[in-house]
Amino acid sequence: MTQTPTQQFDAVAATPVRSTVAPKTSRIVAWRRTILGVLGIVLVGVMWEAYKFLGPDKGFSIGEVIILPRTNDMSMPHIATMFERLTEPLTGASNSILMWQAVVEASEFSLYVAAVGWIIGVTVGLLLALVMQRFRTAQSAVLPWIILSQTVPLIAIAPLVRRWGAQIQFGDFVWENWMSVALIASYLAFFPVSIGALKGLNSPDTNHVELFRSFGVGWWKTLFKLRIPASIPYLMPALQLAAANAVIGTIVAEVSIGLKGGIGRMVIEFAGAAGGDPGKPWAPIFGAVAIGLIAAGAVAVLGLFVRRYRRGETNA
Amino acid sequence: MTDEDEKNMTSEPTTTPAVVALNVGKVFPGKKGARVTALEEINLTVARGEFVALIGPSGCGKSTLMRLIADLDQPTSGELTVFGKTAKQARLDQEYGIAFQQAGLLPWRTVRQNIELPLELHNVGKSARTTRSSELLSLVGLTDFGDNFPDQLSGGMQQRVAIARSLAESPNLLLMDEPFGALDEMTREHMQGELAHICSETNAAVVFVTHSIPEAVFLSHRVVVLSPRPGRIRAIVNVGLGGSSERTDHLRESESFFSAVSEVREHLHGTTDAVPLGVDNR
Amino acid sequence: MKAAFGATKGLVPPLLLGVVTLLLWQAAVAAFDIKPFVLPSPTAIGGQFFANIPTVWSNSVVTGFNSLVGLFIGTLLGILLAIVASLVRMIDELSSAVVAAAMVLPIVALAPVLYGMFSASQQTARQLVASLAVFVPVYVNTLKGLRQVRPVHRDLMRAHAATTGQTIRVVTLPTALPFIFTGVRIASSLAVIAAVIAEYFGGPIGGLGKSITTAAAGSNYPLAWAYVLGSILLGLVFYLAVLGLERWTLRARGT
Repeated sequence: MTQTPTQQFDAVAATPVRSTVAPKTSRIVAWRRTILGVLGIVLVGVMWEAYKFLGPDKGFSIGEVIILPRTNDMSMPHIATMFERLTEPLTGASNSILMWQAVVEASEFSLYVAAVGWIIGVTVGLLLALVMQRFRTAQSAVLPWIILSQTVPLIAIAPLVRRWGAQIQFGDFVWENWMSVALIASYLAFFPVSIGALKGLNSPDTNHVELFRSFGVGWWKTLFKLRIPASIPYLMPALQLAAANAVIGTIVAEVSIGLKGGIGRMVIEFAGAAGGDPGKPWAPIFGAVAIGLIAAGAVAVLGLFVRRYRRGETNA
Repeated sequence: MTDEDEKNMTSEPTTTPAVVALNVGKVFPGKKGARVTALEEINLTVARGEFVALIGPSGCGKSTLMRLIADLDQPTSGELTVFGKTAKQARLDQEYGIAFQQAGLLPWRTVRQNIELPLELHNVGKSARTTRSSELLSLVGLTDFGDNFPDQLSGGMQQRVAIARSLAESPNLLLMDEPFGALDEMTREHMQGELAHICSETNAAVVFVTHSIPEAVFLSHRVVVLSPRPGRIRAIVNVGLGGSSERTDHLRESESFFSAVSEVREHLHGTTDAVPLGVDNR
Repeated sequence: MKAAFGATKGLVPPLLLGVVTLLLWQAAVAAFDIKPFVLPSPTAIGGQFFANIPTVWSNSVVTGFNSLVGLFIGTLLGILLAIVASLVRMIDELSSAVVAAAMVLPIVALAPVLYGMFSASQQTARQLVASLAVFVPVYVNTLKGLRQVRPVHRDLMRAHAATTGQTIRVVTLPTALPFIFTGVRIASSLAVIAAVIAEYFGGPIGGLGKSITTAAAGSNYPLAWAYVLGSILLGLVFYLAVLGLERWTLRARGT
C-alpha cells in the first residue's frame, strides 16, 4: 500500500544500491566520469560556438515562427564575452563595483532567502509526513491534495502576494517582502519532503515492524530506532529536490513580487538593459547556476553525515 | 530489569508450561464478508525447555499459530497463555525472543548493534549490553564480525545474528518462523546443528515453524503436524531422539531418525489418517 | 499501482477536507475582513472565473499550446537521447554532469536570454523553456528504465542471436515503458508550470502567466486568482491526460 504515486520524487529517487565494485576500479571509474562530465559541459559550449559560426544570422524561421536562434553577437554572444563581462565594472560610473561582485552579492541574498524557505518547507514537510504516518485518516485526507498540488502550477500565485509587504502587520511585526519570497520558496520545498519522508517512514517492511512489536515497544521508540533511520535514503533525494525547488521558487518569486537585491530581480533588470551589452544578461544566469549547485551541494554534504543509514539492504 | 525478571522466573513453579493453547481458533475476515478459517480447535501445551516443531503444507496456519503466541495477531476464539500470562502481557514482559525467515537486520547498524537492539530498546546500560553481545557473538561464532555491517555478511551469518538477537534478553521461549527457509541445504544443516547446540546451552523452550520434515525431526522433541484449511492438529509425533546435546550429524543417518521422518511424512500426507485430505495438493 | 480513482470510498476524506477548507476560507475572509489583495474569498474567485470564461479560455489555449509543444519536443528528445546514452556509454558519461546540473538549475531563469535569441515577440522561447524542463525528468527516467532489463531476458535475446534493434524493440523498450511514463507524467506538470512561469520573465502579451501579472498590476486580485484557477485546471488536464494514456497503454499491454 506504500505504492503511492510520488511524482517528482521518482525522478531522482533511485533505490539506493551499494556499489560492489572494488575500491581501485571504482576510483578509476569515478575519475573517468568526472573528466568526461567536465568534457560534456565543455562540449555544450563548443556546440554553442559552432552553431553561432555556422548558423544563419537571423535564425531560421518556418513561415512566421522562428525555430532556430539568431546568431548575431547581440542575441548569441560568444562564451568569452559572457565571462569577460563578469570581470568588467557593473555600470559606467567610475566607482562602480565589478560585475562578478554584484552577482555574488545578489546570489548571497537569494541563497539566504532560499535557505529560509527551505528550512520552513522541510520542517512543515517532515511534520506533515509524521502526522500522516501516525494517523491513517490524516493520510487518506491530506495525501491526495499533496499529490494534486504537485501536478498544478501553484507557483502561479507568486505575483499575488506582491502587496503583502507593508500591508500586513500584527502589532510590532511587519510583514516584509522577502518573507513573501521565502514563503513561496517554502511552498515549493515542502511537497517533495512530505512525500519522500512519508515513503521513507513507511519503508520498513512488516518483518521489521513486527520485530519491534515483538520487542513490546511503542510508536515513538519505533519511530526513532526504526522508521527515521530507514527513511534517510528516501529523505536525502527529497531534501535535494526541495533545495532545487526553493531556489527556483525564490528566483521566480523575486521576479513576480519585485523584490530587489536578489538574482531573480537582476535577471529581469539586465534582460531589459541588454541592448549593446550582450554579455550582461548572462551574468545573473551564472549566479542562478551557482546558487542551484551550492544548494544541491550543501544537501549532498549533509548526506555525508548520515552515510551509515544509506547502506543498501542486501537480503538482511 | 531483565535480571529481576529472570529471578522471578526461576522462583516461579517450574511446572507452569511455556505455552498453553486451549481450543484456539483464528478466523480472518476475507473480501466481501467471506471468512477464512486459518486455525480451528488448537489444543497444545509446550513444556519449559521443550522443542516443538510445527509442520504442515503452505497455508495450514502454522505461522499463524506462532504469530498468535507472539501476540502479532490475536485469536478469535479459545484461550492462549504464555508462562501463565496472556500473550500480550508475555510480549510486553519480553518472555520470548523471535526470529523470522528473513533475518530482518537493520542495515545501518553493525552486527553488534543489531544484537544489542532489544537491550537498547529496554534501556539496558551500555556496559551490560556490551558484555551480553560479546557472549552472544561467541555463542553464534561471529566474534570477529561484531563491527561488520549486515550487507557484508552471507545469508547464513545474517541468520545467526538474528538468532543471537532473539536470545539477547535470555528469553525462556524462542519463536522461530522458518528461520533457515532462505538458506541453502548445506548451510541449513550446519545451522540446525548450531541451533541444537544453542538450545542445549540456553535451555529455552522453542516453537519452530518449518516445512522441512528432516529439519523438524532432527531438532524437535515433538513434531506437531497441521492439516490445511482450516488448520487443525492432525497428529503429534513424539520424536524422542534424546536431549538437544545428542543431536549431531550422526543422528541424521540413524534408524530412529528415518523412522520418525517416515512417521511424520505419513501423517502429513494423511495416508494412515482418517482425516480427509482437504485441499492439500502438495 | 493503487487504484486511486477506483475506490469511491477513498475519495470521501479528501473531498471532505477540501470542502471544509473552502468553507473555512470563505468564513475567514468574511469574519476577519481580509482584503482581496491579501486573499479574495472563494466565491469572489469563482465569480470572476465564470464571468471571464472566454478570456481565461483564450489565454489557456496560448499557454496550453506552449506547454504541449514543450512536452512533445522535450519527451521526444529525452527518450531518443536516453536510448543513445544507454547504447553508448561515452554519451551517458558526457551528459551526466550536464543533466545533473540541469536537475538543480532554475531553468526559467534562461527565459530572458532565450527571448533575446528567439525574438521577444514570439512564443518560441517559452516553448523552449518548457522543452528543457520536460527533457530532464524524461531523460533521467527513461535511462533508468532502459537499465532495468533483466539479465535472463538479455541472455535469452543473445541466445536467439537477436540484433541490437530487435533487442531494443522486443525487450528493452517494453521493460522501460513504465519508467518512461513516470518521466512523462512528471514532465506533463512541469511543462505547464514552466510555460506559465516563463511568461513572468517577459515575452509577448497572451497566456495565463501574463494575464495574472497584468490583473495583479491593475489591482484586480479576484480576476488574477481566476487566472490562477485556470492554470491549475490546465495543469490538471495535462496531468490527467498523460495519466490516462499511461493507464490505457499499460493495461492494454496487460501489466
